[in-house]
Amino acid sequence: MYVAVKGGEKAVKNAQRLLADKRRGDTRVPKISIDQIANQLGLGVDRVMAEGSLYDATAAAMAIQQAQGDMTEAAFLVRAFRTTLKRFGNSIPIQTTEMTAIRRVSGIFKDIPGGQILGPTYDYTHRLIESDPDLDPHAPCDRPSETDTVPPDQTDPCDNASPLPGELPRVIDILQAQGLLQQDETPSKNAAADLTRQPLTFPVSRNLRLQGLTRGDEGFVLGTAYSLQRGFGIDRHPFLGELKVGYVSVRYTPPELGFEIHIGRVKLTECVMVNRQDGAEKHTAGFETGYGLVFGQNERKAMSMSLLDRSLSTSEKTGKSSFPAQDPEFVLSHCDSVESSGFVQHLKLPHYVDFQSELVFIRNRRKDQAPDRGIADAPDL
Amino acid sequence: MPLTYNFAYLDEQSKKMIRRAILKAIAVPGFQVPFGGREMPLPYGWGTGGIQVTASVIGPDDRLKVIDQGSDDTVNAISIKAFFKKTAGIAITEETRAATIIQTRHRIPETPLQKGQIMVFQVPIPEPLQFIEPKRTQTVKMHAFEEYGSMHVRLYEDVAKFGRIATAFDYPVQVHQRYIMSPSPIPKYDNPKLHQSPAVHLFGAGREKRIYAVPPYTDVVSLDFEDYPFELEQWDGACGVCGSAHSFLDEIVTDDLGTRMFICSDSEFCRNNAGNTFP
Repeated sequence: MYVAVKGGEKAVKNAQRLLADKRRGDTRVPKISIDQIANQLGLGVDRVMAEGSLYDATAAAMAIQQAQGDMTEAAFLVRAFRTTLKRFGNSIPIQTTEMTAIRRVSGIFKDIPGGQILGPTYDYTHRLIESDPDLDPHAPCDRPSETDTVPPDQTDPCDNASPLPGELPRVIDILQAQGLLQQDETPSKNAAADLTRQPLTFPVSRNLRLQGLTRGDEGFVLGTAYSLQRGFGIDRHPFLGELKVGYVSVRYTPPELGFEIHIGRVKLTECVMVNRQDGAEKHTAGFETGYGLVFGQNERKAMSMSLLDRSLSTSEKTGKSSFPAQDPEFVLSHCDSVESSGFVQHLKLPHYVDFQSELVFIRNRRKDQAPDRGIADAPDL
Repeated sequence: MPLTYNFAYLDEQSKKMIRRAILKAIAVPGFQVPFGGREMPLPYGWGTGGIQVTASVIGPDDRLKVIDQGSDDTVNAISIKAFFKKTAGIAITEETRAATIIQTRHRIPETPLQKGQIMVFQVPIPEPLQFIEPKRTQTVKMHAFEEYGSMHVRLYEDVAKFGRIATAFDYPVQVHQRYIMSPSPIPKYDNPKLHQSPAVHLFGAGREKRIYAVPPYTDVVSLDFEDYPFELEQWDGACGVCGSAHSFLDEIVTDDLGTRMFICSDSEFCRNNAGNTFP
């Protein structure tokens, strides 16, 4: 006679069965493979690796399939896998000047040492949905033959077509050489703290801040950075010092060997933003930078991250924060998609007891209110 | 990916770290101890803090009871029990008396707890001052200096506006004359059960990465005023199933016409009270 008091276990099982059915979809349509996802949905894989903070294209592709393409859910799956992995050591800091770049642009100098390289980008495409984009006469390069298998970390078949020559000097080194750059806290030589092993406490060091931002939800990081550009935190146009996408070698010194070995390479997007700083009592006028570094190719995220890094560094230095994007606690406590998605969606869980307490309060309140304030018979709740 | 997981999912190093935080929390009752909360395979908001605490204190001989809204059979309780069955092969019980560890969301069982039992609470917002001062940097100082005036002002404002304190659940308590603590979103009806309880009460907040505790036989006092004392929720009737007039009642809407009945939120208590024993 009464509703839903028993039967939870069976209902949960049925819900999971239905989910599996939905995930597979119409069985007349062939199932997509992990390889197909890793190769043809490369930017999605990159995003899931970045927010999942695990450089593993196969795990990310599997997660995307399991999550039916829900990127936040996929990042969550990767995170839950990541927590169980052993930490066997810290790599030697990567050198992005040694990056094999597939793309590199600067907005502050027309010509830069090493040149501007557009590489694979949507920036100059017309966003017209095409029936088959691969038939586009402008399709930029040949693909490997069907029988070739592409290693999962080379999600872009163009990558090998135009590796860039040797070292690319940092664009901001030009400003540095002229003494125009204000130095921020230089990263410590000690091993970086790990945000996934220790709680976030404030004030927060720059290395933890950067970790939080690079794992943060792309939408949140983007929107918060955008608020800066609209005057909610900076009053001047920022400039793109350099944006670079490419592969970097990861080196590690196993204690049992005692010397450095190359253990793999990762695809990264690095961004340096440049902001004018007018100078004050203690500072001469010059430029300040913000830094962004994200797994995979994700320019939107790296650029947003560097805008926020700048804004948070400044507010820390000046102690002034009047806007959300200047407040480290606001940005870092709310940028994580797994945290925010979980807490917002937990409202779907039963809250009968708390709601009952609220009902009791409201009914008592109405009893108090009705006689002395002459409120016409409030309907019985 | 062939994967094997440790007993109760978490690796032993992580459990050790969590146990250290728990010990500190027990040593400083009501104080929120930051800990390196791990990302769990259940979403934040689904009890990841409680699950980590349980995973760190559970052993193969424990008997676990999990309730949500007082019931053993709500979806979240089912899911958490399935998690521990799968990762720890642990014995599950619905009987409050038989359980060694009880993980809960939003209730404390009606059956009085005993010495040696561990209550584990899932906590969404561990900071009792959160809605007065959202910045953690500030609330840390307020706790350190025992600057609790703003909390009393807030309760006083309720009295001034409504003639009574308006907080219905997650009603703030002071633990052993020192820290103000959130009892988690239990109805205030359950607050007195924490006072001088023989059981250990552990509170885990996964998303906020904090653990706090009420050790056995600790004073836990709900905040109030001399002239506006703390009061419990009351219902006009009794439970429609077992007839108890001394338990927290849920309201069940039974048809489209708004007909309602009230039944115990604690399903195990209700069943025992109605004379039904467990199979």
